Amino acid sequence: MKQVYFDHAATTPVDPRVFAEMKPYLTEKLGNPSSIYAYGREARKAIDDAREIIANCIGATAQEIVFTSGGTESDNLAIKGVALALKDKGRHIITSAIEHHAVLDSVKFLEKHGFKVTYLPVDSEGMVDVKDLENAITDETILITIMHANNEIGTIQPIKEIGEIAKKHNIVFHSDAVQTVGVLPIDVNELNVDLLTFSAHKLYGPKGVGALYVRKGVRLGTLIHGGGQERKRRAGTENVAGIVGFAKAVELAVAEQKEVNQKVQELRERLFKGLESIPHIRFNGSRTHRLPNNVNVCFEFIEGESLLLNLDMNGIAASSGSACTSGSLDPSHVLLAIGLSHEIAHGSLRLTLGKENTAEEVDYVVEKLEEIVQRLRDMSPLYNG
Amino acid sequence: MYSEKVMDHFQRPRNVGEIPDASGIGEVGNARCGDIMKLWIKVEDNVIVDIKFKTFGCGAAIATSSMITELVMGKTIEEAEKITDKAVAEALDGLPPVKMHCSNLAADALQKAIADYKSKKSDIS
Repeated sequence: MKQVYFDHAATTPVDPRVFAEMKPYLTEKLGNPSSIYAYGREARKAIDDAREIIANCIGATAQEIVFTSGGTESDNLAIKGVALALKDKGRHIITSAIEHHAVLDSVKFLEKHGFKVTYLPVDSEGMVDVKDLENAITDETILITIMHANNEIGTIQPIKEIGEIAKKHNIVFHSDAVQTVGVLPIDVNELNVDLLTFSAHKLYGPKGVGALYVRKGVRLGTLIHGGGQERKRRAGTENVAGIVGFAKAVELAVAEQKEVNQKVQELRERLFKGLESIPHIRFNGSRTHRLPNNVNVCFEFIEGESLLLNLDMNGIAASSGSACTSGSLDPSHVLLAIGLSHEIAHGSLRLTLGKENTAEEVDYVVEKLEEIVQRLRDMSPLYNG
Repeated sequence: MYSEKVMDHFQRPRNVGEIPDASGIGEVGNARCGDIMKLWIKVEDNVIVDIKFKTFGCGAAIATSSMITELVMGKTIEEAEKITDKAVAEALDGLPPVKMHCSNLAADALQKAIADYKSKKSDIS
């Protein structure tokens, strides 16, 4: 059966060039970077070089990069780390209603420990209003955390403006950029961010490795204690092969950004156009301030999990924001925050394209979707043909 | 996550559709929680001679709807009244725990359809 992978916002395949860089560090280059003999020094150098490469790609310096196990850990470190370091200065955090759960659940944890959190609403396209943000600032505000681009609906936030406001009020600004590093041009100084989360496996690198950019001078508490790795900010023997692969992946993504984006965006437009022929649908997110690879669409009268199972039977991998796939009784918090009713949100589908996808695959997915949507609608008591 | 039987009923649902001259109709669930099930039954001489369904919902919701039509077809009203949500799940070789409540509505829909049939019958007689 034909296999089509349209879920690149979930994870991406490791680029063969990335794997080639990693391989020696999984086999013969076995050293622990903390060891002083040759094996150890070799591993240490690999990490130092990787740190330098990654820092260069986002306009940072090597000392400002902390390696972690991935996006979730980076978000936790940024949010809880700032809270720990600045709790005597203030206990108010500003975030948005559509953040990733790694952010939302971290601030909710802090709420239980006496912090106050403002969840900024978003408009129907998923955009935060910078005026709302400025109005929410109090003397107690110690952290603003707003994602760069939304993982579900692809909306890109005005991070630069938010960063300027944070700077003006002398508040630490964190952004989850898991969906954007490698995809959009990123310079931490131009964007005015103090902390930036990113992850390898979203940009054709391996799973289990990520980073947090920490601007020099920003105080951060430690969550993982043990050895003195990562300048005592994150203990534990480094994931050497993962870090080496991460650096190669970021380097390639930045070098090939323009051509990949152009290709992926063309495929996305073809997908949009193909889907438009299906009646009773609604596209979600901004059409202009949007990730190049993201399509998010709701099909009325049908439910997302049924849709995904049917797509899977046709070899197509995709995601949905329906309750059944969110692991709770409610559909995606992002879709509800942009004002969709529960009914419509249950029928959502996210298709995220990647550099290896083709126009033929797009056409195949559209063709199958037309069939599946009609089949499920014919079975639905809500649909009157 | 789903048993082979669930996937079989999901892929090839039995008795999808409506019965225009149904003896009883039962509808349960709501679109807000993501599952709506509607059952039509045709009763002759106290026996359910035909049953059809339409369902908006996840894989489990569609499979349980399909399964109950097979369990009920040809049964007397008294036999059909004894069918529980648990029996439907068991006939499908089980459902994932999270699906046991929210998507296992077929037995409720059946009981509603039977109640509807009975109330219509008492109206006539």
